[in-house]
Amino acid sequence: MNILAILLLLPLIGFVAALILPAAVTKRFVLGFSLLIFAVSLLLIGTTVQNPAGMTWVTDTAWIDTPAIRFHIGVDGASLWLVILSAFLTPFAAYISQKTIVHRQKEFYAYLLLLEFGLIGVFCSLDLFLYYVFWEVVLVPMYFLIGIWGGERRIYAATKFFVYTMAGSMLMLVAILYIYTKAGTFDLPAILLQMEAGKVAFTQAEELALFLAFFLAFAVKVPIFPLHTWLPDAYAEAPTAATFLMAAVMSKMGTYSLLRFNLNLFPNASHDCAPWIVVLAIIGIVYGALVALVQPNMKRLVAYSSISHLGFVVLGLFSGNQFGLDGAVYQMLCHAISTGALFILIGYLQDRKQSLEIADFGGLATPAPNFAIVFLIATLASIGLPLLNNFVGEFLILQGAAKANIWWAAFAALGVVLSACYMLWFYQRTFLGEAKSAFTDLRPTEWLTITPLLVLMLWMGIFTQTWLPGISASNKVLLERPTSKIALQVAQ
Amino acid sequence: MNPAAFYPTATDYLRFLPELILTIGGVLLLVLEALTGDNKDKSSLGYLAIAVVLGAMFAVPVALANPGTSFNGMIVSDGFAAFFRMVTLLVGLFTLLCSTSYLSREKANTGEFYLLVLFSLAGQGIMAASNELIMVFLGLEIASISSYVLAGFLRDDKRGSEAALKYFLLGSFATAFLLYGISWIYGVTGATNLVAIRESLAAGTSGNSMAVAAAALMLIGLAFKVSAAPFQAWAPDVYQGAPAPVSGFLSAGPKAAAFAIFLRIFQTSFESFSSRYEPVLWILALATMLVGNFSALWQSNVKRMLAYSSIAHAGYVLVAVTTNSNVGTAAAMFYLAAYALMNFGAFAAVTHLAGRGESHVTIDDLKGLASKQPVVAGLLTVCLLSLTGVPLTAGFFGKFYIFKAAIDNHLYWLSALGLLNSAIAAYYYLRILAAMYMHEPKTTDHPEPVPGGIQLTMWFSAAGILTLGVFPGLVLDYANRFATFVK
Repeated sequence: MNILAILLLLPLIGFVAALILPAAVTKRFVLGFSLLIFAVSLLLIGTTVQNPAGMTWVTDTAWIDTPAIRFHIGVDGASLWLVILSAFLTPFAAYISQKTIVHRQKEFYAYLLLLEFGLIGVFCSLDLFLYYVFWEVVLVPMYFLIGIWGGERRIYAATKFFVYTMAGSMLMLVAILYIYTKAGTFDLPAILLQMEAGKVAFTQAEELALFLAFFLAFAVKVPIFPLHTWLPDAYAEAPTAATFLMAAVMSKMGTYSLLRFNLNLFPNASHDCAPWIVVLAIIGIVYGALVALVQPNMKRLVAYSSISHLGFVVLGLFSGNQFGLDGAVYQMLCHAISTGALFILIGYLQDRKQSLEIADFGGLATPAPNFAIVFLIATLASIGLPLLNNFVGEFLILQGAAKANIWWAAFAALGVVLSACYMLWFYQRTFLGEAKSAFTDLRPTEWLTITPLLVLMLWMGIFTQTWLPGISASNKVLLERPTSKIALQVAQ
Repeated sequence: MNPAAFYPTATDYLRFLPELILTIGGVLLLVLEALTGDNKDKSSLGYLAIAVVLGAMFAVPVALANPGTSFNGMIVSDGFAAFFRMVTLLVGLFTLLCSTSYLSREKANTGEFYLLVLFSLAGQGIMAASNELIMVFLGLEIASISSYVLAGFLRDDKRGSEAALKYFLLGSFATAFLLYGISWIYGVTGATNLVAIRESLAAGTSGNSMAVAAAALMLIGLAFKVSAAPFQAWAPDVYQGAPAPVSGFLSAGPKAAAFAIFLRIFQTSFESFSSRYEPVLWILALATMLVGNFSALWQSNVKRMLAYSSIAHAGYVLVAVTTNSNVGTAAAMFYLAAYALMNFGAFAAVTHLAGRGESHVTIDDLKGLASKQPVVAGLLTVCLLSLTGVPLTAGFFGKFYIFKAAIDNHLYWLSALGLLNSAIAAYYYLRILAAMYMHEPKTTDHPEPVPGGIQLTMWFSAAGILTLGVFPGLVLDYANRFATFVK
């Protein structure tokens, strides 16, 4: 049987098993099971890297007859890494919760696997309907994760998150149905083939409306300014594991979907809207950074910094050339690793002091030197220091933006400068200065968790060739498709 | 006419078998009720009623196996009728399963309740299978009059009596509109048979503007029955005041039957001027969705919230009716079946959780349910997620098919607005979920065990919702096959 199909079904099986198994073993079971899923996901790499331009590990069977909905999944050079990313980070979420989640553990761990099911599904679906199903499925476990195990205002945050996202995706459903009436299928590759053959064509107005319907759903998810207001609440209130997954993986659902659907299906509208979206992205970059600068709460600080970093990804996507797209995909992965690491470290701080206010900390470097060094590496990675991962992504994006329009790059670069300001200032207030009280250094288990992420930061910063060729090859397919060639590359 | 043609044949009766069984069963129950003593436990009569409904369910395929019209074209046995007979019978079965324990708890366990349910089901079956405006009226009245009594079945309950009175007055008012419309159409076309009316209108021999007025009158009557805005005002009070299992029954069964005649009349008889009433339905559908969803947002009583939500769901079905197409009819059929499962599942949970005298029906009373009764909370969650329209549930596919039909028929704005409505609806369903899962229990008292009938209903609904959520073809293929009417 197809490994990708197995990989997709495993979390669902695990979810059911976690519900059935006795509560005492759930947390160990889910940790072990999610590691198993990660191991399975690694088996995908060989074949896909050999042939990153096309779809590999394809399963394509009929699901529902009328209207024809297919269970069609597959990965290419770009989505492969996002699938593996989901499988890679879920065990972290399970691991960092082992001590912190004390009540209703069984449900908590079951929801993590349900979330993983939805995430992997989103990244590998090739049927618009199937994709939409997974897109919505993700909402349910996340709603409960925030609402049950979150902080003081958890219910408000969870409801806002759910309603916001659902409202955004409803118009996408209308658009998907409209495409079906035009193309007679929900199958993405089939629709693209028909468009290339000229059998399906949208008028300018149609294409714009469809583009915006999809864009709105994704813009809420990313989030793109000004649709970001759910994010600080959700990130700040959610338990660390959920914040970690939201920032690291869930936000990539939006950016990945922009790439997979908006740019592929509506190249002309993408081209026409690009300047406007880029303006929003740049506002997001600068605004997110400025707000992060003044946050007294560290979780909120990193949440706003995410808005800023994801602005870069959107900028890369809509600069419409190879550099921008490659950088955008690369930055999705880099941001997942570095922000994920920051949220894990903040979780450790919270465990020790039961507080997230920066003012409650200070001078931690003296009692906890190792902690300080690890945190510094994560901070520098987030800022985009050369030899660390974010540098590569942001550099490529800025290069792509500069190729499209030099002013885009100039304004976006402000974000890089500002990120150095807020992150270093945050670091200074937390770790430098005089020690206020005793503080435990990193424990062995904590080392164990954070080391893989630190290794990846360096690896992705230095050996870019491990990842980039596959990503480039799959983006090349998009850029050289007859329908999108002219529209997208004219921006150069 | 040859008098011999007036005598019904054996096949005529077979086509009418489900209603026959229900009627005979009901009468039998009436006699048995009188024969058993006053102070005896009447649960056994409930079991008998369940057996009668199951018998009627087995009779539905028998009727379907003999397609055609009975009694000189009064009744028609087709796939459409069989579908709605099955849906209403399923709702009836659920009602009976939930009622035995409920009536014992409320100390009102008398046999009348069960036979009223059976009579109401017989009326709904006639509605589903009627091919004649007279039969439509008969079926509607049989179903309604039994329902009025059921709504006020707990005589000592003030709210229940208010509900029954309101239901009765407004229901009669609505029926009067319908009847007035029927008499007009008879005056215009000289026929009450749906096909004959269609032919007469198509031939253009009769005054079309008069027929349009008649259709408008009938539309008002039916809009009342399906609780479409602006004729929805009775629904919240009735569903809130009626005993919980009856609210579930009323919100799913008679509504499905009313939609069945709605679809049949408007797509058989009045199809020739569908362009005239389409804008009206368009507005009706949108208004119903808006009124239902926005009113539900502020409710703290779960029954009342579900009542408003049922108005909103009627709005979604009206979107399917607006399309005036076979795809739309099939979507409406699927939706009503899914709705019967998810709405009754929710009402079954409410029936259990409300406690004696239905004193615990606010959202606050549900706080911490997930830790006290995880299974009930889990099953209710499945129903609520389905009502919200989350994928992999029947409710999602229901909405999906409806809005797909709407987009196929170029109703883009209605689809976009309708789907945005369902995002608004998410908010109030989430309030229940939040109360159940995200709050600590208010009291630590030990929960009462869930009665078997209610458990069965909830498990069945949840299983049905999830099965249809993954394999919607099971019902949709059938609906697609039988969404065409004899014309």
